[in-house]
Amino acid sequence: MRNFEMSPVPKLDRLEDFPLGSSFPSFYITEKNAGWRVFRPVIDPDTCVRCHRCYLLCPDGAIHKTPEGAFEVDYDFCKGCGICAHECKPKAITMKKEGSQ
Amino acid sequence: MSSHAFLNGNEAVAWGVRLSRPQVIAAYPITPQTKAVEKIAQFVQDGELACEYLHVESEHSAMSCSIGASSVGARAFTATSSQGLLYMGECLPYASGARLPIVMMNANRALATPWNIYGDQMDVMFMLNSGWIQLFAENAQEALDLMVQAFRLGEDENVLAPVMVNLDGFVLTHTYEKVHIPSQEDVDAFLPAPRVHPHMMNQEHPMSMSISAGNQHNQEFKIREHLEMLGAEKLLEEIDKEYALRFGRSWGGALESYRGEDAEILLLSAGSICGTLRFMVDALREQGHSVGLVKLRMVRPFPTEALAKACAGARVLGVLEKDLSFGYEGTLFTNVNSALHQKNVALRSFNFIGGLGGRDITRQNVEEMVSILEKADAETPAIHYLNGRCPA
Repeated sequence: MRNFEMSPVPKLDRLEDFPLGSSFPSFYITEKNAGWRVFRPVIDPDTCVRCHRCYLLCPDGAIHKTPEGAFEVDYDFCKGCGICAHECKPKAITMKKEGSQ
Repeated sequence: MSSHAFLNGNEAVAWGVRLSRPQVIAAYPITPQTKAVEKIAQFVQDGELACEYLHVESEHSAMSCSIGASSVGARAFTATSSQGLLYMGECLPYASGARLPIVMMNANRALATPWNIYGDQMDVMFMLNSGWIQLFAENAQEALDLMVQAFRLGEDENVLAPVMVNLDGFVLTHTYEKVHIPSQEDVDAFLPAPRVHPHMMNQEHPMSMSISAGNQHNQEFKIREHLEMLGAEKLLEEIDKEYALRFGRSWGGALESYRGEDAEILLLSAGSICGTLRFMVDALREQGHSVGLVKLRMVRPFPTEALAKACAGARVLGVLEKDLSFGYEGTLFTNVNSALHQKNVALRSFNFIGGLGGRDITRQNVEEMVSILEKADAETPAIHYLNGRCPA
Protein backbone atom coordinates (compact mmCIF):
# COMPACT_ATOMS: atom_id res chain seq x y z
CA MET A 1 0.00 0.00 0.00
CA ARG A 2 1.31 3.45 -0.84
CA ASN A 3 -0.02 6.92 -0.45
CA PHE A 4 0.69 9.19 -3.39
CA GLU A 5 2.33 12.50 -2.73
CA MET A 6 0.10 15.55 -2.86
CA SER A 7 1.39 18.10 -5.34
CA PRO A 8 3.01 21.10 -3.66
CA VAL A 9 0.58 23.85 -2.64
CA PRO A 10 0.66 26.24 -5.60
CA LYS A 11 1.63 29.88 -5.26
CA LEU A 12 -1.50 31.89 -6.01
CA ASP A 13 -0.44 35.49 -5.62
CA ARG A 14 -2.05 36.92 -8.76
CA LEU A 15 -5.26 36.16 -10.66
CA GLU A 16 -3.12 34.86 -13.55
CA ASP A 17 -1.78 32.15 -11.21
CA PHE A 18 -5.24 30.60 -11.05
CA PRO A 19 -6.02 28.02 -13.74
CA LEU A 20 -7.83 29.32 -16.80
CA GLY A 21 -11.21 27.70 -16.86
CA SER A 22 -11.91 24.72 -14.69
CA SER A 23 -9.74 22.04 -16.26
CA PHE A 24 -6.46 21.20 -14.59
CA PRO A 25 -4.29 18.18 -13.81
CA SER A 26 -5.39 16.27 -10.73
CA PHE A 27 -4.16 17.32 -7.29
CA TYR A 28 -4.14 21.03 -8.04
CA ILE A 29 -5.67 22.99 -5.17
CA THR A 30 -7.25 19.82 -3.83
CA GLU A 31 -7.20 18.44 -0.31
CA LYS A 32 -7.22 14.86 0.90
CA ASN A 33 -10.75 13.53 0.88
CA ALA A 34 -11.30 9.92 1.89
CA GLY A 35 -12.49 10.18 5.49
CA TRP A 36 -15.76 8.33 5.00
CA ARG A 37 -14.30 5.16 3.43
CA VAL A 38 -15.55 2.00 5.17
CA PHE A 39 -14.09 -0.63 2.83
CA ARG A 40 -10.83 -0.14 0.96
CA PRO A 41 -9.97 -1.79 -2.35
CA VAL A 42 -6.77 -3.81 -2.33
CA ILE A 43 -5.21 -4.81 -5.64
CA ASP A 44 -3.37 -8.12 -5.86
CA PRO A 45 -0.59 -7.36 -8.34
CA ASP A 46 -0.09 -11.06 -9.14
CA THR A 47 -3.72 -11.54 -10.26
CA CYS A 48 -3.98 -8.14 -12.03
CA VAL A 49 -3.74 -8.44 -15.82
CA ARG A 50 -3.24 -4.68 -16.26
CA CYS A 51 -6.40 -4.32 -18.34
CA HIS A 52 -7.00 -0.66 -17.17
CA ARG A 53 -10.68 -1.24 -16.29
CA CYS A 54 -10.35 0.00 -12.69
CA TYR A 55 -8.18 2.91 -13.84
CA LEU A 56 -10.77 4.01 -16.41
CA LEU A 57 -13.89 3.39 -14.35
CA CYS A 58 -12.88 4.82 -10.95
CA PRO A 59 -15.26 7.80 -10.63
CA ASP A 60 -12.70 9.70 -8.55
CA GLY A 61 -9.58 9.07 -10.64
CA ALA A 62 -8.08 7.53 -7.50
CA ILE A 63 -6.31 4.66 -9.23
CA HIS A 64 -2.88 5.44 -10.60
CA LYS A 65 -0.64 3.71 -13.06
CA THR A 66 2.92 3.32 -11.87
CA PRO A 67 5.86 3.88 -14.24
CA GLU A 68 6.20 0.06 -14.33
CA GLY A 69 2.63 -0.29 -15.64
CA ALA A 70 1.05 -1.63 -12.45
CA PHE A 71 -2.03 -0.06 -10.81
CA GLU A 72 -2.24 1.33 -7.28
CA VAL A 73 -5.05 2.88 -5.28
CA ASP A 74 -4.60 6.39 -3.95
CA TYR A 75 -6.08 6.11 -0.47
CA ASP A 76 -6.01 9.88 0.01
CA PHE A 77 -8.91 10.10 -2.44
CA CYS A 78 -10.52 6.64 -2.68
CA LYS A 79 -14.01 6.79 -1.15
CA GLY A 80 -14.36 3.00 -1.05
CA CYS A 81 -17.28 2.80 -3.48
CA GLY A 82 -16.15 -0.63 -4.73
CA ILE A 83 -16.74 -0.02 -8.44
CA CYS A 84 -13.17 -1.13 -9.23
CA ALA A 85 -13.63 -4.43 -7.40
CA HIS A 86 -17.02 -4.99 -9.02
CA GLU A 87 -15.63 -4.33 -12.50
CA CYS A 88 -12.37 -6.28 -12.15
CA LYS A 89 -12.72 -9.38 -14.40
CA PRO A 90 -9.90 -11.49 -12.91
CA LYS A 91 -11.08 -10.49 -9.40
CA ALA A 92 -7.73 -8.98 -8.51
CA ILE A 93 -9.37 -6.35 -6.28
CA THR A 94 -10.91 -7.18 -2.92
CA MET A 95 -12.71 -4.79 -0.59
CA LYS A 96 -11.31 -4.98 2.94
CA LYS A 97 -12.93 -3.42 5.99
CA GLU A 98 -10.96 -0.42 7.24
CA GLY A 99 -9.00 -1.36 10.32
CA SER A 100 -8.63 -4.99 9.22
CA GLN A 101 -5.48 -6.37 7.64
CA MET B 1 -17.30 33.83 -54.84
CA SER B 2 -19.42 36.05 -52.70
CA SER B 3 -23.09 36.31 -53.60
CA HIS B 4 -26.40 37.88 -52.65
CA ALA B 5 -29.50 36.00 -51.55
CA PHE B 6 -32.97 36.71 -50.23
CA LEU B 7 -32.78 35.26 -46.71
CA ASN B 8 -34.65 35.47 -43.44
CA GLY B 9 -32.77 35.90 -40.14
CA ASN B 10 -32.65 32.17 -39.44
CA GLU B 11 -31.21 31.43 -42.88
CA ALA B 12 -28.69 34.26 -42.54
CA VAL B 13 -27.53 32.68 -39.26
CA ALA B 14 -27.26 29.30 -40.99
CA TRP B 15 -25.07 30.87 -43.68
CA GLY B 16 -22.92 32.64 -41.08
CA VAL B 17 -22.45 29.34 -39.27
CA ARG B 18 -21.66 27.45 -42.47
CA LEU B 19 -18.99 29.99 -43.43
CA SER B 20 -17.46 29.69 -39.93
CA ARG B 21 -16.88 25.94 -40.39
CA PRO B 22 -17.89 24.60 -36.97
CA GLN B 23 -16.75 21.03 -36.32
CA VAL B 24 -19.59 20.02 -34.00
CA ILE B 25 -23.20 21.19 -33.95
CA ALA B 26 -25.63 19.84 -31.37
CA ALA B 27 -29.09 21.36 -31.51
CA TYR B 28 -32.71 20.75 -30.66
CA PRO B 29 -35.36 22.51 -32.73
CA ILE B 30 -37.65 25.09 -31.16
CA THR B 31 -39.84 27.80 -32.63
CA PRO B 32 -38.75 30.35 -33.83
CA GLN B 33 -35.20 28.98 -34.22
CA THR B 34 -36.19 25.82 -36.13
CA LYS B 35 -35.45 27.07 -39.63
CA ALA B 36 -31.85 27.92 -38.65
CA VAL B 37 -30.97 24.42 -37.46
CA GLU B 38 -32.95 22.85 -40.34
CA LYS B 39 -30.99 24.86 -42.88
CA ILE B 40 -27.69 23.93 -41.24
CA ALA B 41 -28.75 20.26 -41.21
CA GLN B 42 -29.44 20.58 -44.92
CA PHE B 43 -25.95 22.03 -45.52
CA VAL B 44 -24.45 19.04 -43.68
CA GLN B 45 -26.70 16.54 -45.49
CA ASP B 46 -25.73 18.01 -48.87
CA GLY B 47 -22.04 17.83 -48.04
CA GLU B 48 -21.63 21.61 -48.07
CA LEU B 49 -20.58 21.78 -44.42
CA ALA B 50 -18.26 19.13 -43.02
CA CYS B 51 -19.21 18.76 -39.38
CA GLU B 52 -20.56 16.34 -36.81
CA TYR B 53 -24.25 17.17 -36.45
CA LEU B 54 -25.73 15.66 -33.29
CA HIS B 55 -29.50 15.19 -33.03
CA VAL B 56 -29.84 15.44 -29.29
CA GLU B 57 -32.89 14.74 -27.16
CA SER B 58 -33.00 18.11 -25.37
CA GLU B 59 -31.44 21.54 -25.04
CA HIS B 60 -29.68 20.42 -21.85
CA SER B 61 -27.98 17.75 -23.96
CA ALA B 62 -27.30 20.20 -26.80
CA MET B 63 -25.30 22.42 -24.47
CA SER B 64 -23.64 19.45 -22.76
CA CYS B 65 -22.48 18.11 -26.14
CA SER B 66 -21.25 21.56 -27.11
CA ILE B 67 -19.26 21.73 -23.87
CA GLY B 68 -17.73 18.32 -24.59
CA ALA B 69 -16.79 19.31 -28.13
CA SER B 70 -15.38 22.67 -27.16
CA SER B 71 -13.40 21.18 -24.27
CA VAL B 72 -11.21 19.31 -26.77
CA GLY B 73 -10.80 22.44 -28.88
CA ALA B 74 -13.48 21.79 -31.52
CA ARG B 75 -15.44 24.74 -32.86
CA ALA B 76 -18.97 24.20 -31.55
CA PHE B 77 -22.29 25.84 -32.40
CA THR B 78 -25.80 25.46 -31.10
CA ALA B 79 -29.06 27.39 -31.29
CA THR B 80 -32.11 27.68 -29.11
CA SER B 81 -34.86 29.94 -27.83
CA SER B 82 -37.02 30.73 -24.82
CA GLN B 83 -37.91 27.59 -22.82
CA GLY B 84 -35.06 25.77 -24.53
CA LEU B 85 -32.59 28.40 -23.33
CA LEU B 86 -33.97 28.05 -19.82
CA TYR B 87 -33.63 24.28 -20.01
CA MET B 88 -29.97 24.80 -21.01
CA GLY B 89 -29.60 27.11 -18.05
CA GLU B 90 -27.71 24.74 -15.78
CA CYS B 91 -25.08 24.13 -18.45
CA LEU B 92 -24.47 27.78 -19.42
CA PRO B 93 -22.16 28.67 -16.48
CA TYR B 94 -20.30 25.36 -17.01
CA ALA B 95 -19.42 26.57 -20.51
CA SER B 96 -18.41 30.04 -19.37
CA GLY B 97 -16.63 28.88 -16.21
CA ALA B 98 -14.64 26.37 -18.25
CA ARG B 99 -13.83 29.22 -20.67
CA LEU B 100 -15.15 27.39 -23.73
CA PRO B 101 -15.82 29.62 -26.76
CA ILE B 102 -19.09 28.00 -27.88
CA VAL B 103 -21.26 30.18 -30.11
CA MET B 104 -25.05 30.03 -29.79
CA MET B 105 -27.85 31.69 -31.69
CA ASN B 106 -30.79 32.56 -29.46
CA ALA B 107 -34.08 33.41 -31.14
CA ASN B 108 -35.59 35.74 -28.57
CA ARG B 109 -39.04 34.53 -27.54
CA ALA B 110 -41.48 35.02 -24.70
CA LEU B 111 -41.39 32.82 -21.60
CA ALA B 112 -44.31 30.79 -20.32
CA THR B 113 -46.71 31.06 -18.74
CA PRO B 114 -49.10 32.00 -20.45
CA TRP B 115 -47.60 30.00 -23.28
CA ASN B 116 -46.48 32.08 -26.24
CA ILE B 117 -44.17 31.39 -29.16
CA TYR B 118 -43.71 35.00 -30.32
CA GLY B 119 -40.84 37.35 -29.85
CA ASP B 120 -39.75 39.33 -26.82
CA GLN B 121 -36.45 39.48 -24.94
CA MET B 122 -37.42 37.98 -21.59
CA ASP B 123 -35.35 34.84 -22.31
CA VAL B 124 -31.95 36.48 -22.78
CA MET B 125 -32.43 38.83 -19.83
CA PHE B 126 -32.99 35.72 -17.69
CA MET B 127 -29.49 34.55 -18.68
CA LEU B 128 -27.46 37.77 -18.40
CA ASN B 129 -25.60 36.38 -15.38
CA SER B 130 -24.57 33.15 -17.09
CA GLY B 131 -21.09 34.36 -18.05
CA TRP B 132 -21.92 34.46 -21.78
CA ILE B 133 -21.09 37.40 -24.01
CA GLN B 134 -24.42 38.81 -25.21
CA LEU B 135 -24.71 40.29 -28.71
CA PHE B 136 -27.87 41.57 -30.44
CA ALA B 137 -28.53 41.75 -34.19
CA GLU B 138 -30.75 44.37 -35.80
CA ASN B 139 -31.22 42.68 -39.20
CA ALA B 140 -30.37 39.50 -41.09
CA GLN B 141 -27.16 40.89 -42.59
CA GLU B 142 -25.88 41.88 -39.17
CA ALA B 143 -26.86 38.41 -37.89
CA LEU B 144 -24.78 36.71 -40.60
CA ASP B 145 -21.81 38.97 -39.96
CA LEU B 146 -22.12 38.55 -36.18
CA MET B 147 -21.98 34.76 -36.40
CA VAL B 148 -18.56 34.92 -38.08
CA GLN B 149 -17.39 37.65 -35.70
CA ALA B 150 -18.70 35.79 -32.62
CA PHE B 151 -16.31 32.88 -33.19
CA ARG B 152 -13.37 35.30 -33.54
CA LEU B 153 -14.43 37.11 -30.39
CA GLY B 154 -15.02 34.11 -28.14
CA GLU B 155 -11.97 32.19 -29.34
CA ASP B 156 -9.55 35.07 -28.75
CA GLU B 157 -7.01 33.93 -26.18
CA ASN B 158 -7.54 37.04 -24.08
CA VAL B 159 -11.32 36.52 -23.94
CA LEU B 160 -12.13 32.78 -24.16
CA ALA B 161 -15.82 33.04 -23.40
CA PRO B 162 -18.98 31.60 -24.96
CA VAL B 163 -21.00 33.98 -27.10
CA MET B 164 -24.77 34.25 -27.50
CA VAL B 165 -26.04 36.04 -30.60
CA ASN B 166 -29.63 37.22 -30.11
CA LEU B 167 -32.18 37.60 -32.92
CA ASP B 168 -35.72 38.75 -32.21
CA GLY B 169 -38.11 35.87 -32.80
CA PHE B 170 -40.23 36.17 -35.99
CA VAL B 171 -39.60 39.92 -36.49
CA LEU B 172 -36.02 39.02 -37.41
CA THR B 173 -35.85 35.23 -37.66
CA HIS B 174 -38.73 35.02 -40.15
CA THR B 175 -38.37 38.28 -42.08
CA TYR B 176 -36.66 38.21 -45.47
CA GLU B 177 -34.16 40.70 -46.80
CA LYS B 178 -31.36 40.86 -49.32
CA VAL B 179 -28.24 39.51 -47.66
CA HIS B 180 -24.65 39.52 -48.87
CA ILE B 181 -22.97 36.15 -48.37
CA PRO B 182 -19.19 36.53 -48.24
CA SER B 183 -16.98 34.03 -50.02
CA GLN B 184 -15.62 31.06 -48.09
CA GLU B 185 -12.05 32.09 -48.95
CA ASP B 186 -12.54 35.54 -47.42
CA VAL B 187 -14.13 34.14 -44.27
CA ASP B 188 -11.36 31.53 -43.96
CA ALA B 189 -8.78 34.32 -44.10
CA PHE B 190 -10.71 36.31 -41.48
CA LEU B 191 -11.51 33.42 -39.15
CA PRO B 192 -8.63 30.97 -38.77
CA ALA B 193 -9.20 27.34 -37.73
CA PRO B 194 -9.79 27.02 -33.97
CA ARG B 195 -6.82 26.51 -31.65
CA VAL B 196 -6.64 23.95 -28.89
CA HIS B 197 -5.90 26.33 -26.03
CA PRO B 198 -3.79 25.07 -23.12
CA HIS B 199 -6.80 24.69 -20.79
CA MET B 200 -8.51 22.36 -23.25
CA MET B 201 -8.29 18.56 -23.18
CA ASN B 202 -5.63 16.70 -25.11
CA GLN B 203 -4.28 13.19 -24.80
CA GLU B 204 -0.72 14.24 -23.99
CA HIS B 205 -1.75 16.26 -20.93
CA PRO B 206 -4.67 14.59 -19.16
CA MET B 207 -6.67 16.87 -16.91
CA SER B 208 -9.70 16.78 -14.67
CA MET B 209 -12.72 18.60 -16.10
CA SER B 210 -14.65 20.98 -13.90
CA ILE B 211 -12.35 20.80 -10.89
CA SER B 212 -13.61 21.82 -7.48
CA ALA B 213 -12.48 25.12 -6.00
CA GLY B 214 -13.61 25.67 -2.45
CA ASN B 215 -14.04 28.85 -0.49
CA GLN B 216 -10.27 29.41 -0.44
CA HIS B 217 -10.07 29.67 -4.23
CA ASN B 218 -13.46 29.96 -5.91
CA GLN B 219 -13.77 33.74 -5.80
CA GLU B 220 -10.56 34.32 -7.76
CA PHE B 221 -11.78 32.04 -10.57
CA LYS B 222 -14.94 34.13 -10.85
CA ILE B 223 -13.14 37.47 -10.70
CA ARG B 224 -10.68 36.35 -13.35
CA GLU B 225 -13.56 35.24 -15.61
CA HIS B 226 -15.27 38.60 -15.10
CA LEU B 227 -12.22 40.78 -15.72
CA GLU B 228 -11.19 38.89 -18.83
CA MET B 229 -14.69 39.11 -20.28
CA LEU B 230 -14.50 42.89 -20.05
CA GLY B 231 -11.84 42.82 -22.78
CA ALA B 232 -14.44 41.59 -25.28
CA GLU B 233 -15.87 45.10 -25.63
CA LYS B 234 -12.78 46.63 -27.22
CA LEU B 235 -12.06 43.45 -29.16
CA LEU B 236 -15.50 43.53 -30.82
CA GLU B 237 -14.71 47.03 -32.07
CA GLU B 238 -11.36 45.86 -33.47
CA ILE B 239 -12.93 42.80 -35.10
CA ASP B 240 -15.62 45.01 -36.64
CA LYS B 241 -12.96 47.33 -38.12
CA GLU B 242 -11.04 44.42 -39.58
CA TYR B 243 -14.29 42.94 -40.93
CA ALA B 244 -15.13 46.27 -42.56
CA LEU B 245 -11.76 46.36 -44.33
CA ARG B 246 -12.28 42.88 -45.75
CA PHE B 247 -16.05 42.81 -46.37
CA GLY B 248 -16.98 46.49 -46.61
CA ARG B 249 -19.50 46.48 -43.74
CA SER B 250 -19.09 48.03 -40.29
CA TRP B 251 -21.70 47.81 -37.55
CA GLY B 252 -19.74 49.62 -34.88
CA GLY B 253 -18.53 48.20 -31.59
CA ALA B 254 -20.54 47.49 -28.47
CA LEU B 255 -22.95 50.29 -29.30
CA GLU B 256 -23.83 52.53 -32.20
CA SER B 257 -24.92 56.14 -31.84
CA TYR B 258 -27.22 57.17 -34.70
CA ARG B 259 -27.75 60.94 -35.03
CA GLY B 260 -27.22 61.02 -31.28
CA GLU B 261 -24.28 63.44 -31.03
CA ASP B 262 -26.38 66.62 -30.99
CA ALA B 263 -29.69 65.10 -29.82
CA GLU B 264 -31.56 66.36 -26.76
CA ILE B 265 -33.60 63.18 -26.61
CA LEU B 266 -32.02 59.76 -26.93
CA LEU B 267 -33.85 56.51 -27.53
CA LEU B 268 -31.99 53.34 -26.54
CA SER B 269 -32.73 49.72 -27.32
CA ALA B 270 -31.21 46.41 -28.51
CA GLY B 271 -32.17 44.14 -31.38
CA SER B 272 -34.48 44.47 -34.38
CA ILE B 273 -36.59 47.30 -32.92
CA CYS B 274 -33.58 49.54 -33.56
CA GLY B 275 -34.60 49.42 -37.23
CA THR B 276 -37.93 51.05 -36.40
CA LEU B 277 -36.23 53.54 -34.08
CA ARG B 278 -33.69 54.47 -36.76
CA PHE B 279 -36.53 55.13 -39.22
CA MET B 280 -38.43 57.18 -36.65
CA VAL B 281 -35.36 59.22 -35.70
CA ASP B 282 -35.11 60.31 -39.34
CA ALA B 283 -38.86 61.03 -39.55
CA LEU B 284 -38.99 62.97 -36.28
CA ARG B 285 -35.82 64.93 -37.15
CA GLU B 286 -37.60 66.14 -40.28
CA GLN B 287 -40.43 67.39 -38.07
CA GLY B 288 -37.90 69.30 -35.98
CA HIS B 289 -37.56 66.99 -32.98
CA SER B 290 -34.06 66.74 -31.55
CA VAL B 291 -33.87 62.97 -31.27
CA GLY B 292 -31.21 60.28 -31.72
CA LEU B 293 -30.72 56.55 -31.23
CA VAL B 294 -28.31 54.52 -29.12
CA LYS B 295 -28.28 50.94 -30.34
CA LEU B 296 -26.81 48.48 -27.86
CA ARG B 297 -25.10 45.66 -29.77
CA MET B 298 -23.44 44.16 -26.70
CA VAL B 299 -25.08 43.85 -23.29
CA ARG B 300 -22.43 41.58 -21.70
CA PRO B 301 -19.84 42.82 -21.17
CA PHE B 302 -21.74 46.06 -20.68
CA PRO B 303 -20.24 49.09 -22.49
CA THR B 304 -20.34 51.42 -19.50
CA GLU B 305 -17.83 53.98 -20.72
CA ALA B 306 -19.12 54.07 -24.32
CA LEU B 307 -22.70 54.51 -23.13
CA ALA B 308 -21.74 57.39 -20.86
CA LYS B 309 -19.96 59.04 -23.79
CA ALA B 310 -22.94 58.51 -26.10
CA CYS B 311 -25.33 60.06 -23.55
CA ALA B 312 -23.10 62.90 -22.36
CA GLY B 313 -24.78 65.66 -24.40
CA ALA B 314 -28.42 64.57 -24.05
CA ARG B 315 -31.09 65.94 -21.75
CA VAL B 316 -33.32 62.89 -21.47
CA LEU B 317 -33.08 59.19 -22.31
CA GLY B 318 -35.82 56.68 -23.15
CA VAL B 319 -34.92 53.01 -22.74
CA LEU B 320 -37.23 50.82 -24.86
CA GLU B 321 -37.18 47.11 -24.14
CA LYS B 322 -39.14 43.92 -24.67
CA ASP B 323 -38.66 42.49 -21.21
CA LEU B 324 -39.70 43.12 -17.64
CA SER B 325 -38.09 42.04 -14.39
CA PHE B 326 -41.21 41.44 -12.32
CA GLY B 327 -41.30 43.60 -9.25
CA TYR B 328 -38.78 46.12 -10.56
CA GLU B 329 -38.36 47.43 -14.14
CA GLY B 330 -36.86 46.53 -17.52
CA THR B 331 -33.44 44.91 -17.17
CA LEU B 332 -31.78 47.11 -19.80
CA PHE B 333 -33.04 50.13 -17.83
CA THR B 334 -31.36 48.86 -14.66
CA ASN B 335 -28.10 48.26 -16.51
CA VAL B 336 -28.17 51.60 -18.35
CA ASN B 337 -28.91 53.60 -15.20
CA SER B 338 -26.09 51.97 -13.29
CA ALA B 339 -23.63 52.79 -16.09
CA LEU B 340 -24.73 56.43 -16.19
CA HIS B 341 -24.54 56.67 -12.39
CA GLN B 342 -21.05 55.12 -12.35
CA LYS B 343 -19.84 57.65 -14.90
CA ASN B 344 -21.58 60.58 -13.27
CA VAL B 345 -23.75 61.38 -16.30
CA ALA B 346 -26.68 63.43 -15.07
CA LEU B 347 -29.69 63.00 -17.33
CA ARG B 348 -33.21 61.80 -16.65
CA SER B 349 -34.06 58.37 -17.93
CA PHE B 350 -37.40 56.69 -18.54
CA ASN B 351 -38.31 53.10 -19.21
CA PHE B 352 -40.69 51.99 -21.96
CA ILE B 353 -41.79 48.37 -21.77
CA GLY B 354 -43.41 46.94 -24.88
CA GLY B 355 -43.52 44.13 -27.38
CA LEU B 356 -44.15 41.46 -24.74
CA GLY B 357 -45.31 38.16 -26.21
CA GLY B 358 -44.90 39.57 -29.73
CA ARG B 359 -47.05 42.70 -29.29
CA ASP B 360 -46.26 45.26 -32.00
CA ILE B 361 -44.22 48.34 -31.26
CA THR B 362 -45.51 50.82 -33.82
CA ARG B 363 -44.33 54.13 -35.24
CA GLN B 364 -47.13 55.77 -33.25
CA ASN B 365 -45.74 54.17 -30.08
CA VAL B 366 -42.34 55.72 -30.82
CA GLU B 367 -44.00 59.11 -31.37
CA GLU B 368 -45.73 58.71 -27.97
CA MET B 369 -42.40 57.89 -26.35
CA VAL B 370 -40.74 60.97 -27.78
CA SER B 371 -43.71 63.10 -26.76
CA ILE B 372 -43.49 61.83 -23.15
CA LEU B 373 -39.72 62.43 -23.13
CA GLU B 374 -40.07 65.97 -24.51
CA LYS B 375 -42.61 66.95 -21.88
CA ALA B 376 -41.07 65.00 -18.99
CA ASP B 377 -41.02 66.80 -15.65
CA ALA B 378 -40.64 65.83 -11.99
CA GLU B 379 -44.12 64.24 -11.98
CA THR B 380 -43.55 61.96 -14.99
CA PRO B 381 -43.47 58.31 -13.91
CA ALA B 382 -40.25 56.40 -14.66
CA ILE B 383 -41.91 53.36 -16.24
CA HIS B 384 -44.35 53.33 -19.14
CA TYR B 385 -46.08 50.44 -20.91
CA LEU B 386 -46.44 50.76 -24.69
CA ASN B 387 -49.38 49.80 -26.88
CA GLY B 388 -51.50 48.49 -24.02
CA ARG B 389 -55.03 47.18 -24.56
CA CYS B 390 -56.06 48.93 -21.36
CA PRO B 391 -54.48 51.35 -18.89
CA ALA B 392 -51.74 49.74 -16.77
